Order: sequence, then C-alpha cells, then structure tokens
Amino acid sequence: MVEALRFRDDAVHEEPAVTLDAFLGQTNATAVRLESDEDARALIPHLDRLALIEISFPTFRDGRGYSAARILREAGYTGELRAAGDVLIDQVAHMRRCGFDALAPNQPLDQAAVEQAIGRYAFSYQKAADGRAPVWALRHG
Amino acid sequence: MYRYDQYDASIVETRVEEFRDQVSRRLSGAMSEDQFKPLRLMNGLYLQLHAYMLRVAIPYGTLDSRQMRMLADVARKYDRGYAHFTTRQNLQYNWIELKDAPEILADLATVEMHAIQTSGNCIRNTTSDQFAGAAADEVTDPRPWAELLRQWSTFHPEFTYLPRKFKIAIIASDEDRAAMRLHDIGLQIVRNEAGALGFKVFVGGGMGRTPMIAPLIREFLPAEDYLSYLEACLRVYNRYGRRDNIYKARIKILVHEIGADEYRRQVEEEFLHVKTLGIDPPAAEFDRIAAFFAPPAWEEGLSDDLDLADPEFRLWVEQNVAAHKQPGYAIVTISLKPIGGIPGDASADQMDLMADLAQRHSFDELRVTHAQNIVLPHVKKADLHAIWQALSDAGLATANLDLISDIIACPGLDYCSLANARSIPLAQKIAERFASLDRQRDLGELKLKISGCINACGHHHAGHIGILGVDRKGTENYQLLLGGSGAEDASLGRITGPGFDEDGVVDAIERTVEKYRAVRTPGERFLDTYRRVGFEPFKEAIYG
Repeated sequence: MVEALRFRDDAVHEEPAVTLDAFLGQTNATAVRLESDEDARALIPHLDRLALIEISFPTFRDGRGYSAARILREAGYTGELRAAGDVLIDQVAHMRRCGFDALAPNQPLDQAAVEQAIGRYAFSYQKAADGRAPVWALRHG
Repeated sequence: MYRYDQYDASIVETRVEEFRDQVSRRLSGAMSEDQFKPLRLMNGLYLQLHAYMLRVAIPYGTLDSRQMRMLADVARKYDRGYAHFTTRQNLQYNWIELKDAPEILADLATVEMHAIQTSGNCIRNTTSDQFAGAAADEVTDPRPWAELLRQWSTFHPEFTYLPRKFKIAIIASDEDRAAMRLHDIGLQIVRNEAGALGFKVFVGGGMGRTPMIAPLIREFLPAEDYLSYLEACLRVYNRYGRRDNIYKARIKILVHEIGADEYRRQVEEEFLHVKTLGIDPPAAEFDRIAAFFAPPAWEEGLSDDLDLADPEFRLWVEQNVAAHKQPGYAIVTISLKPIGGIPGDASADQMDLMADLAQRHSFDELRVTHAQNIVLPHVKKADLHAIWQALSDAGLATANLDLISDIIACPGLDYCSLANARSIPLAQKIAERFASLDRQRDLGELKLKISGCINACGHHHAGHIGILGVDRKGTENYQLLLGGSGAEDASLGRITGPGFDEDGVVDAIERTVEKYRAVRTPGERFLDTYRRVGFEPFKEAIYG
C-alpha cells in the first residue's frame, strides 16, 4: 500500500484500523476498516470516538463504498474517511463528492493528476456529501 | 424542448474535453485497453464485431431539427451515411473510428447532445412516451420530470458503479407506449383524489435472461418527494443488489429475491432519512424546466376534416396517424420499417428530410419511439397530405405502424459481439413474407420483436410474437414466443417449443397467424385471441 493522499489538515491518525467485528467488540479502538459488504450504519452509534474509517474498494466496479461514505457523512461523521484499495484516477472525483477525504490506492496515483480530476467539473447537478451547491441551487440563488 | 443554460453547457463541454484527454492517452499507449474500457463505456463507446459503436443519448426521445441534422451530418462525416435508432430512443453509429470519437462528441455538444451514461453500470438515458405533450390521454407532459431525472442522474457520484445498468421510464397516461413496467424503475404520473400530482412507482422490471414485470412499490409518491424517493430506491439497490454474478445483478433480482414488500420496507426506511437531506430541487426549478415544454402555439379553431380520396394516403393516415389533443392537429409516426429494410435504420438524407418536415410542420419537434420509429408530434391535419408525399418520395411512408412488419430487432450478429444469431436478415425475411399490406391489415395489431441473444435488446419477451436467436451447436436457431406485451397490459411471452432455422421460423409464424385468423372473433387482436384461447391451440398449429 502506498501512502494515503489526504485532503485534510489534521495529523495522520497513527492507530491501525481494526475490522468491524473487532471494533464492535472493544470499547477503545478509534480506527476501523469497513469491507464493502459490511453495513456502515453499524458504526453510527460510535461515530464520536472514531478518528478514521477506512472503506474498502476490492475492485473499482464495486460501488458500495460510495453509499457507505455518504451514510457516514450524513450521520455527522467528521473524522477521516479513507477509500482504500482499487482506487483509480477516474473515480477520485466521485469519491470526494461522497465524502472521502483520504485515498489509499493500491497503485500510486499522481498527485497533480488527482487534483486535476477532482477540479475538472466546475458544476454538479446533484447534492452529495461535499457541501457543493447543486446547479439548481445556483440557478435559484 | 429543453435548452441548455451555462451550467448544462459547461458540464457537457467538460465531458468532451475529459474524453478527448482519455482517448489521446489510449491512442498514445499511455493507457491500456483494459484501463480504457470502463471509461469509454461510460461514454457510450463499445467495441463491436467490426468497429467501434457510438451510442448517442436522445433524452426521453425528444429532439429538434437542428439536432437531427447534426446526427445526419455525423453519419455522413464519420460513419457510412446512415445511423440506427434504438429501442431506448437513442441513436447508434456502427462504424466509428476511435480517433474520431472526441470530434463527434464536440460536434454533438454544439447542438446540446452527448453520449453521457449511454452505457456502463449507471443510470442510463430516461425513456418516455413518444406522444408526450400531444396525447389526449395524458395527465401532464412527463418530459419536465424526465429532464429532472436527466440532471439528477448525470454524474451522480454515488450511483456510477451500481451492480448493473439502470433504466428508468416515465409516462403520464394509462396507455403505456414506453414499456414502463419492463424497466428497472417505471414511473406513471397520476393525480390523486385531491387532485395533486404524484407518481406510481414500479421497481424491478426488465427483460434480459430473467424477464420480470415490475411490481408496484409506491401507490402514490407526492411530486415534491420525487428525487428523494428515487435516491432511496437506488441506494438500497447499490448497497444490497447482487455483485457476485453479473446475470443476477439487476435490481429485478434483488426485488424478486427479498420480495417486493421487503424491498418497499427498506426503501421507505431509507427515504425517511434521505428526505431530511434536501435533495429535491425547489418548485422554481421544476417550473423553469416545465416552461421549456409549454404547449406550442397551436392554431385555434382548425377543422378536423381530411380529404381521404387518395387511397394510398388513406391507408397511411389510418395506420400511422394518431389523434392529437388539439383539434385540427394529428400525430404522425414515420415508419423506419420499409419492407426488406433494416428496422430502425435511417440514411443521412432521410434524417435531413425528417428534420425539414419537423421544422416546417411540427413546431420543430421530433420524437424517437422505443419501437424504432420517428414521430412528428404536432402536425396540422391540413398538412398531412404534403407530409405524406414528401415521405413517400424518400421511402419513408410505409403504412405499417403496429402491424406485423413493424418489427423491433436488435442489431444481432451482423454487428453485436454478444449476439448468437442474426436478427436483421430474419426481420427482412418476415417482412417480405408478409409484404402485402392487405394481409398485414387483415392481421391487425401484431407486435413482432426479435432478439439475437438472451440479453433481449430486441424485446422478444414483450412481443405478441417474439423471436429469440440462440446458438445451437454452432448454427443459428430461433425460438418462438407467444403472448408477450410491453403495453399497459404487460405480459411475458411463452416459448412455444423447439426452435427453428431461419426459414423454419418464418413458416412457424405463418402457421401461428393462420391459426389466429381461423379462431379469432370479429375485431379481436392477435394478443387477445391468444389470451382467450390459450397456448395449446397455437402450439398444435405450429408443431402439428
């Protein structure tokens, strides 16, 4: 695994992420890793003690992590949300919109290309988890 | 017609530049075909048997003359002078070179068109009623709602890597001209007893190898909850739709496996949450879009009289012209099914002519139908004869709408890398066998649909007579199905028995329709006779 690309200013969280089962079984873990078939809502009662949630993308075609990310942000989670695994340049903009603020790709990504991909579209049609005003809001002030 | 503002234009132009960059990386070798494939597929570019195929979105099947002329220009400049209208109201070019694809998209963007999400496991182009805005039986024009869907679904960040592709159809009449319940989501706009506008929501229909008619999931969804509810429907699917088997990944399998009641429960629960997120745009945005679809400036007080002295013209009017809600006007369907032709194909010159007629006679509007024909939605009855003459001169006046030669056919093994059998030559043979218009009219409404493989792009499950091409030990074989319907009386066809070779299936169809003629009651459609007398008499007639 290459070093994560982060879009947040706080210090990197040092504690390794544990599995969901391990996390739910212990009271002091602050980092968890969610597999793509696990229910993000299981974490909602514990969000205030979590500093890092890592969501697995076993293949870029497995889009469950996008829903997991939005569910966590919609529940008020403000810690680091990291997309880990088969994270490719052409998915990073969608990941950012769904609330991911760190990327841990299997293969290194060029930082400049990532920035370009994320900034490419000036407008978005729909609301997501990134706080960006949708086009309909811009149209109607 | 919807028109882009600066935001729509920016998004589409950015897409053109993004794709240009991706293609140049592929052509230079910086990107492998493996890496490129999911990207080109998100933009409607398929690698077929002989060349690249580019699928262009025609949102809800509505376009104007400027767009139709551009589609013709692209056919001339980058293809072989023709194009193919599809069952999803889109258009396909079959002979595209990869290096030209970015230029084509740039040309299309100048007329507010694109190929966004015409393939890939995402929300595809929304389809609708081709008579929208013209039909007397509609509650309202469904297209503003379809345009809201287009915008909401375009680059939706959560729903771009769904388990499988996702197709939505929206209608606003009890008569279903869009095969609504054979979609992943089917929406019917209705009014409740209080007069408020809302939606009947059907989820989990589809064709393919496991055809299903969508069950009703919400009896009445208030209009203000439209996108929030769809977001909940999609989120449940994205999270729980199967990803272990591509053939079981469509939402119909999820709804079937957990049951409509359980799916509904999960959606309603998710919806209670999603509704708090403020996803639905304000009424002002709907009003802005709806203004683009205001009824055209029809003339008032026109006569409905029509001189039908010319017998050829009369046949065409009886078959291809439908009632319009405005007195003195009519809806014209231009058949792209000439006897011996390729269903859904049109030459660039024919496309130009249809554009001219739309501009001159139909308030600049055209529609594409899921049966692969073209509609002029708002035509003065007084202009019908002139339109018919112009169409006749261009080989576009075949008077066979909804008759046995108005065949839906997929591209089949002539083009498609998934096909097991050819569809086009079979469609041509059937049309030639039943070429006599007298005979066709005697048989009445008869929807014949051909797919060249079990993916069912040719809607064979929904044909009154359906044909499925299969590969049997290396030779093309055709199975016959009876009794399907994609209309408001939706049903799935039943396979009659062992398949046939190409000539054999044409003979079997002949035996089928002769049986129908022998047992029908006066005025009874083929489908209704089949439903009345059942499967066995037909099976016996076919196999003896």
